[in-house]
Amino acid sequence: MACNSATCQSGGCYREDNGDRVDDPFPQPPPAVATESTQQPLSNGKNSDSAFCIKCKLKESMAAAFSSSSASAQVTGGGGGGGGASDSSRFCGDCFRSNLYGKFRLAVTSNALISPSDNVLVAFSGGPSSRVALQFVHEMQMKAQKNFDASRDRSLPVFGVGVAFIDESSSISIPAEKFSQAVEEMRLVVSNLAPPVKEFHVVSTESIYSSDSNNGRNRLKDLLNAVADVTGKEDLLVHLRMLALQKVALKNGYTKILLGTCTSRIACHVLEATVKGQGYSLAADIQYVDARWEIPVILPLRDCLAQELNIMCSLDSLKTVEVHNDHHSGINALITSFVKLLQEENPSRESTIVRTAGKLTPFHFNRMPEPDDCNMQLASQRRQKKYNLKPNESLPPESFCRICNSPLKKSDVKSYKLENQIMSAEDISNGCCTSCQFQILPKDISLLEHFYSLLPQQMVARGEYSCLGEDRWLREQIQDCLLSDTEDGT
Amino acid sequence: MEAEEVAAKPPKGRFCTICNQRRAALKRPKTLEQICRECFYAVFEEEIHGVIVDNQLFKPGERVAIGASGGKDSTVLAYVLSELNRRHNYGLDLFLLSVDEGITGYRDDSLETVKRNEIQYGLPLKVVSYKDLYGWTMDEIVKLIGLKNNCTFCGVFRRQALDRGATLLKVDKLVTGHNADDIAETVLLNILRGDIARLSRCTSITTGEDGPIPRCKPFKYTYEKEIVMYAYFKRLDYFSTECIYSPNAYRGFAREFIKDLERIRPRAILDIIKSGEDFRISTSTKMPEQGNCERCGYISSQVMCKPVKWCKACVLLEGLNRGLPKLGIGRSRGANNEQSKNAKEAKGIDSIQSKQCGTLDF
Repeated sequence: MACNSATCQSGGCYREDNGDRVDDPFPQPPPAVATESTQQPLSNGKNSDSAFCIKCKLKESMAAAFSSSSASAQVTGGGGGGGGASDSSRFCGDCFRSNLYGKFRLAVTSNALISPSDNVLVAFSGGPSSRVALQFVHEMQMKAQKNFDASRDRSLPVFGVGVAFIDESSSISIPAEKFSQAVEEMRLVVSNLAPPVKEFHVVSTESIYSSDSNNGRNRLKDLLNAVADVTGKEDLLVHLRMLALQKVALKNGYTKILLGTCTSRIACHVLEATVKGQGYSLAADIQYVDARWEIPVILPLRDCLAQELNIMCSLDSLKTVEVHNDHHSGINALITSFVKLLQEENPSRESTIVRTAGKLTPFHFNRMPEPDDCNMQLASQRRQKKYNLKPNESLPPESFCRICNSPLKKSDVKSYKLENQIMSAEDISNGCCTSCQFQILPKDISLLEHFYSLLPQQMVARGEYSCLGEDRWLREQIQDCLLSDTEDGT
Repeated sequence: MEAEEVAAKPPKGRFCTICNQRRAALKRPKTLEQICRECFYAVFEEEIHGVIVDNQLFKPGERVAIGASGGKDSTVLAYVLSELNRRHNYGLDLFLLSVDEGITGYRDDSLETVKRNEIQYGLPLKVVSYKDLYGWTMDEIVKLIGLKNNCTFCGVFRRQALDRGATLLKVDKLVTGHNADDIAETVLLNILRGDIARLSRCTSITTGEDGPIPRCKPFKYTYEKEIVMYAYFKRLDYFSTECIYSPNAYRGFAREFIKDLERIRPRAILDIIKSGEDFRISTSTKMPEQGNCERCGYISSQVMCKPVKWCKACVLLEGLNRGLPKLGIGRSRGANNEQSKNAKEAKGIDSIQSKQCGTLDF
C-alpha cells in the first residue's frame, strides 16, 4: 500500500510524482506556484522573485519577458522538466537553452551515443523535435571541430553529420508545390548549418524496393491498400520509414541514425504499445539506444518534453517546416488527445509515464554495440551493468517480428520449419507479432499471400532469418560433435 | 421449400452466426459477432468456465466467499458461479460476503439487493460493517475529512473488512467481480502513476496467496458491457448507482479513455491486459513486505509503514481517532495544491480493490 510518506523506505511505496527528482540533474524547487503561473503572467507582482530567472537570478524569466505577447500562452501553459510546473517559464532564455542542451549532451555522453569516428544521420521531418535535434547535434559537432582545430596532435577526429528527409508523398497526399517548397526550405536550413558541411538526402518511401521507382511506387500503394485497419496502416508506414532510413544510412556509410523522439512522443508510444498488446516489446523502443537494426538508432532527446522543444524553436527562431498535417487517425489519434488531456491536468504526467516505462527491463540490444576503442566503453558499460544486458548464450537467440521488428515473446512464437523455403500462410503469420497479425496482416489467406508478395525484401529476409535462427543456434551447440558438414543443407 | 424459407426470414434479421438456427438478437461486445440470446448465454458462461479451469482457480470442496456489493458485477458473478458450480460440479460451498461501509442512500439500498440475492440464489449471506470493525462509518469519516482522500480510507478498510469477513465465514478463498475493464483501467492507471510494483501484480488472476486469504477474479477476461448485457437479458436483480462520494476519482480518466478505445477496437481491452501480463519487470520489485500488524495483530500482506509496524488500516484508524485525518495520507509538508493532487491520485490507486457500480448504458 502506498503510504506517501516522505521517509518511507518500503519497497511498495512510490514517491509522489512531483517530488521524485532522483534522476533530474537540474533539481527544481517545489512547484508551489504551479497553478498560479498557468493562470496569470508572473509580472503581476504577486511574487516579485519569480520575475527573475530562478537559475541565474540575473535576467528576466521568460514568462515575465513574454507576459504581454501571445507567446505567453505557449510559455506559461504548463509542462516543464522533471518538476510539475512550467519550469521553462521560470528560466531566462539563456538558462533555458543551456538546460535543454545540457539534457541532450548528458544523454549523448553518458550513453556513449556518438563517438568521434561516427557518421551520424539525423532523421529530419521538419518538425520542432527533429529541428532541435539537428541544431544540437550541429552545435556539438562545431565544438568538436573547434577542439580538433585547436588540438596539436589531432588525435580525436570529428564525427560527421548528414540529414535525411523521408518523402512520403506517394502514400500521403501532399500538394506537389507545397511539397517541393518545403523540401527547398529544408535544404536551406541544412546548408545554413555549416561548417561543417552536412549532406541532405531526400529519400522516398518507395526506395525500400530495389526495383525502379515507378514499380516501387505501385507496389507501395498496393501494400498500404492491402491493410484494412486504419491504425495498422499508420503503423506500417512508420515501420517503412525506418526501413528507408536504414537503407539510406547503409548506402551512404553512416554509422548511427539519430531520431528527435522526445519524452512526449515516447509517452504516447508507451500507451500505444500497451493498448495494442505489445507490452513485451515496449522496453525495446524507448531506450536511448536501439541496436537491433543494422545501423543503430539513438534517441538523445529522450528526456526533453515537446513543450520545451517548441519553446526552443521560438526562442532561437529555429526554422521548422510543416510538410503535411501529420494527422493521426484511429487509436493513435485517441491516445495523442488522451495524453494531451492528462498533461493539461498534470504537467508532469508525460515524464511520469516515461519514467514508469523506463523501469521495464530493456533488451540486450538496447546498449551500444562494443566499440573498438576501449576507453569509450567503460563509462557507459558501468551504467548498463545494472540491467545485465549481455545476451544469454544458453538460450536461443531472440526472434523478431517480420513487420515491426519487435522482439517476440518466446511463448508466443510457434516454432516452425520452412518446408522447401516456401512460406505457407501460417508461416507468414507466425513470423509476426500478435499485434501486427491483427492490425496489419489481411485475414483472408489468399489476400495474405498477396500481401506477403508485396513486402519489401528487408521484411521478408528478417522473417526467414528468425525462422532459421533457432535451427542454426541448435546446430552451433552440437557442431563440434557432428561428423558430417552437410546434413540437410542450409 | 427454399424459396419459402427465404421469404419467411424476417426482413431485417439474420441468423445467429453460432447456431444458425435462431435469429440474431444482439452484437457481442467482445467480438461483434451477431448471435442469439441463448448462444450469448452459452459463450458467456462457458468462457468463464474456461478461465476457471485454465487457471485452476478452485479445488473441489473449497469454501468460497463471493464479494457481493449488490452491483451488476457481483450479482452476475454470484449467479454464474452458482450455475457453473452446479453444471460442472466444482464441488464448491458458496457464500455471499457483503461490506457495509455505512453510506446512507447508497450502501443501505444496495444491501437490500444483496439480501434479495441471498434468497434468489440460495447462498448464505454475511455482512460485515465498518461500524462494527472500526467504529466509524464512511458518512462519519467524510464528515471529518471531506471529499478528498475518502476513497483511500474506504479502499483500505474494505480490503481488511473482506479479509475479516472471510475469516469469520471460514472460507478458503474470496472471489470478486473485477472485470476486464477494471483490470485494463488499473494497468493504465499504474502506468500513469508510476507504480511499477503494482503494475507487475495487477494482472494476476489470483492474488494474496501468501496472505491471509487468496482472492481471485474469474471475470478477468469478461467485458463489462457483456456483464451488463447478461444481467439485462436475464433480468437479474442488481443495484446500479455510483457511490455518492466518488465523483472525482482519477480512475475516471482511464475509464473514459477505455470506453472510447472499445468503440474503435473492442479487443484493445484484452490487449491492455496482455501487455500488462507481458511487461518485463524484474522480480525484485514484486514482493511486498508481510507480517503481523503490531496494533491489531492481524496478518497483512500489505507494506508496513515504517517506523511503526502497523498495517495501513491501523495507521488510518489511528489518524481518525486522534483527529489527525491526514495521518498516512499525502506528504507531511506541502501546499494545499499538492494535497489535493495527492488525494485525487491516491483515490485512483487505492480504489483498485473497490468496485464502481456501473450504470446500465448500452
